[in-house]
Amino acid sequence: MEKTELDKKTAVFYLKQMMQIRQFEDKIMDLLGQNIAEGGSHLYAGQEAIAVGAMASINPDDYIVSTHRGHGHCIAKGGKLPELMAEILGKKTGCCKGKGGSLHLADVSTGNLGANGVVGGGFGLATGAGLTIKIKKTNQVVLCFFGDGATNQGLFHECLNMAAKWVLPVVYICENNLYGMSVSVKRASALEDLTKKASPYGIPTDTVDGMDVLAVRDGVTKFVKHSREGKGPSMIVCQSYRYYGHSRSDPRVYRTKEEEKFWHDRDAILTFGRKMVEQKILTQQEVDNLDKEVQKELDDATKYAIESPLPEPSALYEDLYV
Amino acid sequence: MKQLFYWQAINEALEEEMKRDPNVFVMGEDVAIYGGAYGVTRGLMEKFGEERVRDTAISEAAIAGAGLGAAVTGMRPVIEIMYIDFISIALDQIYNQMAKIRYMFGGKTKVPIVVRTQGGPGRTLGAHHSQSLESWLVHVPGLKVVMPATPYDAKGLLKSAIREDNPVIFIEHKMLYGTKGEIPEEEYTLPIGKASIKREGSDVTIIAYSMALLKALKAAEQLQKGGINCEVIDPLTLLPLDIATIMESVKKTHKVVIVHEACKTGGTGAEIGMQIIENGFDYLDAPIKRVCGADVPMPKAPNLEKLAVPQVEDIIKVTKELCE
Repeated sequence: MEKTELDKKTAVFYLKQMMQIRQFEDKIMDLLGQNIAEGGSHLYAGQEAIAVGAMASINPDDYIVSTHRGHGHCIAKGGKLPELMAEILGKKTGCCKGKGGSLHLADVSTGNLGANGVVGGGFGLATGAGLTIKIKKTNQVVLCFFGDGATNQGLFHECLNMAAKWVLPVVYICENNLYGMSVSVKRASALEDLTKKASPYGIPTDTVDGMDVLAVRDGVTKFVKHSREGKGPSMIVCQSYRYYGHSRSDPRVYRTKEEEKFWHDRDAILTFGRKMVEQKILTQQEVDNLDKEVQKELDDATKYAIESPLPEPSALYEDLYV
Repeated sequence: MKQLFYWQAINEALEEEMKRDPNVFVMGEDVAIYGGAYGVTRGLMEKFGEERVRDTAISEAAIAGAGLGAAVTGMRPVIEIMYIDFISIALDQIYNQMAKIRYMFGGKTKVPIVVRTQGGPGRTLGAHHSQSLESWLVHVPGLKVVMPATPYDAKGLLKSAIREDNPVIFIEHKMLYGTKGEIPEEEYTLPIGKASIKREGSDVTIIAYSMALLKALKAAEQLQKGGINCEVIDPLTLLPLDIATIMESVKKTHKVVIVHEACKTGGTGAEIGMQIIENGFDYLDAPIKRVCGADVPMPKAPNLEKLAVPQVEDIIKVTKELCE
C-alpha cells in the first residue's frame, strides 16, 4: 500500500469529522424511529468522505452551498453539533432558530449558504457568490455541492455556462450516489459519466473515489487552486453511495442487497481508519477512543436538542424582513 | 423641476445609486451594449464598465439565482427580467430561494436585491409579452412588490428599493416608458409600503396602479364634469399594502372601485377589496367594484387586446353605476 503523507493531527481531524457525520445521521434515524424527530430527513451516511475531504481543501472564509442531503456539509464546514441537532428537531436553539430544519440546514456564520429543499436549487447561490468574489477580488472560492439528480436540472446548465463564461471561482462538486430518490443515474441521465455534462462548457473535470477522503481532498484541492489562480470553475464527480434510503419511508426496492454490500465494504470511515492503523499513523485504540468520544458528543448534542424549547409563538413573524 | 420620461427617471435612479454604492451592479439580458430591451439601462455600461453592467445569457433562472448569491455575499444586485412573462422561468429562484432564505436561516442573512421587470399590454405583442403577473408575487411572503406609474414615483421608489435589505420586485410597464413627468433637481427617495393619493375627492375611491392609474385619473377628470368627485389612490407598493391610507379614503367616500390590468380572478383587486372589507365593512355603502383584465391569455388582435384590459370608458361606466 502506498504510504500516506499525513500527520496524526490531520488524520484525527478527518476521521473524527467523518465519525461525527455518521453518528449524527445514525442518531437522527434513531430519533425518527422513536418519533422524537418529526417529519423527514435526508441522511448523508455513506458520503462522509466527500464533505470532509472537500472542506479540507478550503479556508474558513470560503463559501459552500450544500445539497438536498446537507447535514454532512454543515458539520464539516464547522457547524456546532448541538445547534445542528436542535435545528433538525425544529428547536429555538437551532442554527436557524427552528425555521429551517433538515432540508434547509444552513449556517451563514460559517460560510455555509445552506442546504436546499429544491434539488439543484443552490446552483444560483453558489454562482452568485462566485460573482461577488470576482467583483470584489477577494480570492475566496465557492464549493457548490449537488447530487447526480441535480445535473438533470436546467439551472445546472445555466449556471455552469455563466460561471465558465465569466470565469467564476466555483468548484462544482457532484456527489454521485447513484440515485435521485429511487431513479438511478442509468435510468435518468442520458450520460452516465456525469463529467461529460460539464465538459461542453470548456471547464476542467475529474472523477474521484468519493469513499476516499484523501482522494476527494486532493481532487478538490487541485480545482480550488485552479480557481484561486483566476482560471475559473471546474467540476469534480465523487462516486459514492448513500446507506439509508432517500428518506425514512423509503423501502429501497430499487437496489439490491449485493449492491449495498459492495459499497458498505468500501466504507469511508472503516477504510480510512484501517489505513491509518496499518500505516501506524494511529493505533486501533486511538481509533476506538475517537469513536467513543464522538458518541459522547452526539449524546450531549442530542440531549441538548431534545431539552431545548420550541420557538415562541411570537417567532412566527420574526426574521421575514430586515 | 425637470421633465423626464419614465425610462429616464429609472435610468437616473440606477446611475445615482451606482455612483453612491460600489456594491450596486446591474445584470440581465441585453442590459449592457444594447441598453435594455426598452432602453432603461442605456449609457450605464459606458459610465460604469462591463463589470458592473453585465450582459447575461438568456438564462432567467441563473440571472435570478446568481443575483441572489451575490446579494447574500455582500453585493446589491439590480437584475432585469426583460418581460415579466419570463419570470416564470426564474420563479423557483425568486419564490423558493430569494423570498425564503432569510426566514429559513433564522434571520442570519440579508437579501438586498432588486428584480426589475416590466409587464402589461399595449403593443399587441400577444400572450407571452403582455401579461400582468403581480398577483403571483404578492402571494409570496418575504418579497416586496412595487409597481409605480409616474416617473417621480419610479425614481424615488427604485432608489429606496436598491437601498432596501429585502428582495424587491420592481414592476414597470412598457407603455409607461414614453410618458413624461416632473422630477426634482435634488436627490429624493420615496418610502416603500406607502400609498399615494393622486387626486383628492369625496364621492368614491378609485384604487389603481401602473398603467391603470393613468386611465383612472382620466376617468376621474371626466366623471368630475358629471358631478362625481373621485379620490384616486395609487398603492404603489402592493406588498406590503398600505391599507391604512386606503381605509382613510373609504371612511370618507364609502364607495370603492379597484382597477387593474391583470386578470380579474385571483388578482390583487381581490386582496385589496377583501382587506377593505376586513378593516371596515361598515364604512361601505355599496359593494366594492372591480374593473380588471379579462380572464384570457392576451390576444394579438389590436381590438381584442383593447377589450382585454380596462379602458377609461369602462372605469367611467362602473363608477357612474356605483354612484347612482
